[in-house]
Amino acid sequence: MTTAERLLSIKALDETRAAKFAGRKRVNQIALTLSLAAMAFGVFWLVWILWETLRQGIGGLAIATFTEMTPPPNEAGGIANAIFGSVVMVAMATFVGTPIGIMAGIYLAEYNPKGWLSNVTRFVNDILLSAPSIVIGLFVYAVVVAYFKSFSGLAGGLALALIVIPVVIRTTENMLQLVPPGLREAAYALGTPKWKVILSITLRAARSGVVTGVLLAVARIAGETAPLLFTALNNQFWTSDVTQPMASLPVTIFKFAMSPYENWQQLAWAGVFLITVAVLALNILARVLTRNKL
Amino acid sequence: MSATLSQPVRSKISVKDLNFYYGKFHALKGINLEIPENKVTAFIGPSGCGKSTLLRTFNRMFELYPEQRAEGTIALDGENLLTSKQDVALIRAKVGMVFQKPTPFPMSIYDNIAFGVKLFENLSASDMDDRVEWALKKAALWTEVRDKLQQSGSGLSGGQQQRLCIARGIAIKPEVLLLDEPCSALDPISTAKIEELIAELKSEYTVVIVTHNMQQAARCSDYTAYMYLGDLIEFGATEQMFFKPQRKETEDYITGRFG
Repeated sequence: MTTAERLLSIKALDETRAAKFAGRKRVNQIALTLSLAAMAFGVFWLVWILWETLRQGIGGLAIATFTEMTPPPNEAGGIANAIFGSVVMVAMATFVGTPIGIMAGIYLAEYNPKGWLSNVTRFVNDILLSAPSIVIGLFVYAVVVAYFKSFSGLAGGLALALIVIPVVIRTTENMLQLVPPGLREAAYALGTPKWKVILSITLRAARSGVVTGVLLAVARIAGETAPLLFTALNNQFWTSDVTQPMASLPVTIFKFAMSPYENWQQLAWAGVFLITVAVLALNILARVLTRNKL
Repeated sequence: MSATLSQPVRSKISVKDLNFYYGKFHALKGINLEIPENKVTAFIGPSGCGKSTLLRTFNRMFELYPEQRAEGTIALDGENLLTSKQDVALIRAKVGMVFQKPTPFPMSIYDNIAFGVKLFENLSASDMDDRVEWALKKAALWTEVRDKLQQSGSGLSGGQQQRLCIARGIAIKPEVLLLDEPCSALDPISTAKIEELIAELKSEYTVVIVTHNMQQAARCSDYTAYMYLGDLIEFGATEQMFFKPQRKETEDYITGRFG
């Protein structure tokens, strides 16, 4: 090959390279634009929801919102009983659902990952995880409310617990599976008994993920309406007796927002605002906890 | 194939007709081997030859995985570990192990050491302090961490983490220490520190080390076993293995013509 030919072939190669590169750059630009548009579309609705909640909710917020009971139409009042009822039922559901969920998750990840019982449990858990919450509400109605012949906060808490359990099982199992097998082996190599390996090493290594799962479950049930409609029902008065019908934020919002009364609608917006803030706070807390993990 | 030792030394672990299976795969084929007491024994051989598998039978680590099984005899001071009525935890307290990748527990440096000790001994707080200091000094880590014992173990460098794992292993005072490629993830300086440590440890412990690094085996072991495809090809004093191996295969591997 002569020098001239070589120079020509180098030039040709340079041109092809530049053309190919320009093509890739165009494709990159298109992909970037499309994903930005998709993101903007999602963020647009989210910001709108937050803005609307804030605008309408702030107006309904007052000291009375936190101190007074749900009022009759066109009278002043608050949603203290609904806030309290929500906190009580969410707390009950969390305290019942979390240990069960974590223990089942430990069984799936540590004791019997490949056994038939685990496979069945996983399958059933996935069904429960995606079951419409109104189905769970109706189930608790049929089993608990119809049996005791009374709506109750307890039944509401139970329905919410049934939603917590599958979420916690799934996240606990996934988080434990992420713990490197080498860490388990190292603990066993010291002669550590199995329960102690799980409690002190693997669960500890996975703790921020497990806590995040619980927080996300709490955030999910804080806004659930359907499971409470036929279980806790509602109560316009303050009650801390969990065997009585109990008010909750989502059900109160549902009832008030559908009403024609201005003050009820105001309170519904205040309730929406409070739930949104609480869920947002839980999500941020979950983020912070996972970020601090390693 | 069997291997006997040229000099009269007491053997700490004697392996007889050991066969090992991963499911249907026959990974160790009739191993016979005597691991001498208070010496460093190195297992060398190409990847997949069964070195680590053999090491993991000595503390029954393979039992964590149901599809793995061992047949034959592994006697620790005369007692067959594979059929022992003793709880496996007590065996592992006598036969410690350090792994290829550093595995600090998710707790403070101090608790990393104290964790294993608490499993088997009731020590007062000051005795525990002494034990932690002793183990960290043994592992040549004390001067680097003495001021940050309450910090997380995962904040240390890779070499420090590995020495922490060695300290954790010796803190429970085992009789045998198994090292599974302890230096493969470390830089030369950390490697040198750990090799010094191994030389020091053998006065009190029986050390068995798996290594890919032939110079390392030559530098720090007293005895060497060469394995290939699940067979023990040759076993003998390290000097003899490296300078005049009995078998052609060993010579080929050591001189780099194969492997």
